[in-house]
Amino acid sequence: MSLLRVEGLSKLFGGVHAVAELSVAIEPGRIHSVIGPNGAGKTTLLNLVTGIYQPSQGRILMADEDVTALSTAARARRGVARTFQNLQIFFNMSAVENVMVGRHLHLSDRLVPTLLRLPSVMRANRAAQEKAVELMRFVGLAAYLDAEADAMPYGALKRLEIARAMASEPRLLLLDEPAAGLNPKETGEIDELIQKIARAGTTVVLVEHDMKLVMGVSDHILVLDYGRRLAEGTAAEIRANPDVIRAYLGTQAA
Amino acid sequence: MLRLASARTGGLVALAAIVAALPLFFPNNFYYDVAIKTALNAIVCIGLNLLIGYAGQISLGHAGFFALGGYASAILTARYGWPGLLAMLAGAVGVGLLAFAIARPVLRLRGHYLAMATLGLGIIVAIIINREIAITGGPDGMTVPRLWVGGWRVSGAVAWYWVAAGALLLAVWLSLNLIDSTLGRALRALHGSEIAAQTAGIDTTRYKVLVFVISAVFASLAGSLFAHAEGYVTPIEAGFLRSIEFVTMVVLGGMASTFGAVAGAAILTALPQLLTVFQDYKHLVLGAILIGVMIFMPNGLVPSVALSLRRLRPPVPAS
Repeated sequence: MSLLRVEGLSKLFGGVHAVAELSVAIEPGRIHSVIGPNGAGKTTLLNLVTGIYQPSQGRILMADEDVTALSTAARARRGVARTFQNLQIFFNMSAVENVMVGRHLHLSDRLVPTLLRLPSVMRANRAAQEKAVELMRFVGLAAYLDAEADAMPYGALKRLEIARAMASEPRLLLLDEPAAGLNPKETGEIDELIQKIARAGTTVVLVEHDMKLVMGVSDHILVLDYGRRLAEGTAAEIRANPDVIRAYLGTQAA
Repeated sequence: MLRLASARTGGLVALAAIVAALPLFFPNNFYYDVAIKTALNAIVCIGLNLLIGYAGQISLGHAGFFALGGYASAILTARYGWPGLLAMLAGAVGVGLLAFAIARPVLRLRGHYLAMATLGLGIIVAIIINREIAITGGPDGMTVPRLWVGGWRVSGAVAWYWVAAGALLLAVWLSLNLIDSTLGRALRALHGSEIAAQTAGIDTTRYKVLVFVISAVFASLAGSLFAHAEGYVTPIEAGFLRSIEFVTMVVLGGMASTFGAVAGAAILTALPQLLTVFQDYKHLVLGAILIGVMIFMPNGLVPSVALSLRRLRPPVPAS
């Protein structure tokens, strides 16, 4: 059973196919990467999978359940979490609170106990906070436990998004360019972090331009070009694929 | 978080102390009257701040809910002889249901469109109150019987001061509880990034509806208390200017700050009374103060003051 399957998926933006008749299966327990030139449809694919966009055609299945018509929140409930290429941080909250929001699905939010601040609410608050602190340490943000989100540097915010996504204990984690804008040292740390997450049992889908990172961590790579599947396979297979080389470097190089 | 918890308790205790000590400085009943109006405005602002400051949705129609609460109490007690508390409760439930019914279509809108829709709502309420003379007394308003709580008849400025102050402290406590919870974080999250909130599994529409209803109920309850405290309600309470006044209080005091909402309400209720010494220039001075605060403290009074206090203290090393 595939964790995620898209079948004949298309997304049109005013006549342009951002994603075209794409069929892909994501197997559990591996690190999958989606690569391709700019505008290949990588982020569009993530937006379709998380329900931020509605597909023009095709179906999306999670563990064999058709989720095409479900909302973003309903899909999160089925175990999908993601980070964003252009950061989507809650800048009106502290770093820890950002991660606590990620725990939302595991917490009760009943109105009356909340208004009366019953002991059960206090306990849930404390547990969520402890979990958030643990996750911030896990992603390497131990130095920012007391920070407000709007006082943190870019590289730290990238990790904060990963911690927030992990807080929901997802089965499938979609990372949209986690290394973009990071220096080589920081990218190396993200590399380790991704492997740590995968080892802990979460299936990772990585959209990334940093080829060193992609080739190093991926068990399986999908190459998109103009919204279509250009190639699929292991890092070695992709590196040797003439179509991929042509798409990236032009026909002269091939 | 510990820091937050202590600020919360400290703030509540400080507010309670201020409320308890204030009457010592009141030379006459006029001051009590201003204080009562301040407390009831503050309750509306605390609810409105949950909607505007925390959840990031605007409403220019909350005076409509305030007036509906007031008129529900007035009509049910004066014309139908209901007990005051029951009428107040019925008003709150009715307003809550109305808010729930209109929330879904209205909150699909954003920015200016949401402002327009809520503005329209307030105006419709004002028109109905003005026109239904047989029930509401029309533009002249109507008198409201005294409130009975059990066997106690609440009358006189001093008694109303303590009732309004108690209600204010309760509202502050409820608001602080709401914010520091899963629910409150969900509200703030949908303000910060709606997409990221949805991705975290938050049904953002549901939370917008919920906070709209809560803020409407706060306004309704304050309106009921206002009607009984004044002994009189007029359609002015439903007016557009009243709605703007509430929003101004929230913005002036500081968005996303419960104590800011109280401070904003206190300043904008009390200041016009204190500024009467400037006579004809009263509005000019008030306007200058508002402009000054917004230029030098764009985050509003309480958050700006809190920030400068934090900067004064040496930073605590991260553990």
